[in-house]
Amino acid sequence: MPANKFNNFTEYGIGVGLRVPHYQHILAKKPVVDWFEIISENFMVDGGRPLKVLDQILEQYRVVQHGVAIYFGSAEPLNRDHLKKLKRLVKRTRTPWLSDHLCWGSVDGRYTHDLLPMPYTMAVAKHTAEKIKQAQDFLEVPICVENVSSYAEFHQSNMTEWEFLSEVVERADCGMLLDVNNIYVSSQNHSFDPLEYVRGVPHHRIGQIHIAGHTRYPTYLLDTHDHPVPDPVWDLYAETIRLGGRAATLLEWDDSIPSFDEVHGEALKANRFLHEHTAVSQ
Amino acid sequence: MMGAAVFRPLANEDEDMQATWTDGRAMTEVVAEFIKPNDRLTSFERLQIYNRTYWYRVFDCLYDDFPGLRSVLGEKRFHALTRAYLAKHPSTSWTLRNLGSRLVQFIAEEPNWTAPRTKIAIDIARFEWAQILAFDEARHEPLHGDDLLGSHPDGLKLGLQPYLVLLELDYAVDNYFMAVRDQDDGLRSEASNTPDHAPRRAAVKRIPLPKKHKLWLAVHRCDNDLYFKHLKPEAFLLLTALRSGHTVSAALEAALQDADPGEDWAAQVKDWFENFAALGWFCAPSA
Repeated sequence: MPANKFNNFTEYGIGVGLRVPHYQHILAKKPVVDWFEIISENFMVDGGRPLKVLDQILEQYRVVQHGVAIYFGSAEPLNRDHLKKLKRLVKRTRTPWLSDHLCWGSVDGRYTHDLLPMPYTMAVAKHTAEKIKQAQDFLEVPICVENVSSYAEFHQSNMTEWEFLSEVVERADCGMLLDVNNIYVSSQNHSFDPLEYVRGVPHHRIGQIHIAGHTRYPTYLLDTHDHPVPDPVWDLYAETIRLGGRAATLLEWDDSIPSFDEVHGEALKANRFLHEHTAVSQ
Repeated sequence: MMGAAVFRPLANEDEDMQATWTDGRAMTEVVAEFIKPNDRLTSFERLQIYNRTYWYRVFDCLYDDFPGLRSVLGEKRFHALTRAYLAKHPSTSWTLRNLGSRLVQFIAEEPNWTAPRTKIAIDIARFEWAQILAFDEARHEPLHGDDLLGSHPDGLKLGLQPYLVLLELDYAVDNYFMAVRDQDDGLRSEASNTPDHAPRRAAVKRIPLPKKHKLWLAVHRCDNDLYFKHLKPEAFLLLTALRSGHTVSAALEAALQDADPGEDWAAQVKDWFENFAALGWFCAPSA
């Protein structure tokens, strides 16, 4: 469903990640963009240029926050310093929702700065959901949890990733940021049917969708966000829209970043699928 | 277990995950206990992806944050230093911005990684860390001249902006840093002219090491651009004393106690206060 409590009853369209190489172009040319996604941690600073640029962007555009360091799946409690700074940023951007990943990445106070997969068990799901609820209560903004791409699976897992994701979001009563590129990458690395994943999650909880490109190595796919969106990922996107309706859609392009117009043009290809869905459903 | 494995330094010149675990067992055996293999990769190879990603990410971060130090030591010694540093001081912050926060201390505590250039390495690393602080530390509402009217120096305390970093250095690392940055920019722009294949790096001209030259610097930002300002030692002492919480009178006394009595300090001090206030360096003292 387009407008739901997980995206704060908004109907955002196609967005682009706000990236440093594009700052000058965006501030000078003021392109028409429905919304920008920012990486929260890049702006959780106390002063300086990052906040100056952010404030200039906020004057003209809608912004949604996407984080990489809450680590809902880590065994240790939520980091209070991180949460306070995140909340301060939420107030600044007035983001209608906030997203971060279904992963762990810290242990004993040390940070990997990566998005590490978890064993898919009920105990882990309960623990993770509890931390999402705590974060949501503190931040006072809906949270959408994103599925990560992964390169390892655990013997301990006794459910599929989509069963695990579904269990977490239902227990936490939170939304999902469904990353269809991550689904595809993981499906190739772990030999499952990506359509089964897309069909197996609670679609009414989709607050946002990510699309992206990846890199194919001889023995695995790597989630590199440095290519256009390939056809299999567009296919998953189309199926997600068919099942869940239109949703705020964001193209991630984070490395070997081309011009703003090229990135934006790639993102706007999503319109093809959004218009088809609208035509079918009318 | 997985976390410990990810943080372990790589082997074979930072290409592969280490072959044995801390208890001497084969890593292939240890990893197979908790990670499944698939039809293309062993359990070891799957975990190795994460081990490599962690180390490449943190190496890249320090590589970008300390270009001057990298130039002083050379690529190989810089890599060995950062490897040793990160093994002892893994990231303990949710932001990579703080990854190098203990590097200066590490260089001082373990000079073997930088000898015989340890003193230069410490100075350049301090200078580069100062830039990271100046870039995004807080800016409080600056005090202006009018705010100080009627205040008596005996009772007046002034705070300094958090983004203002004061450095007393033994080497001319500022000029060295600028030369390194100019060279790096040149190499980057060359690379951008060859988009269709791997960038061809021009032969890197060796930049002469910084000369021994006592410096007092203020690293700060103005309109969100970074600057470094040379200070007279007396001005440096004044600012340092103000930052320590001394009154203006006490700070002036500390700054000028060894000053050349032949100079017109009254005029210079007046200039300093006007200049530093115009730069927005003064703020209300911390609570």
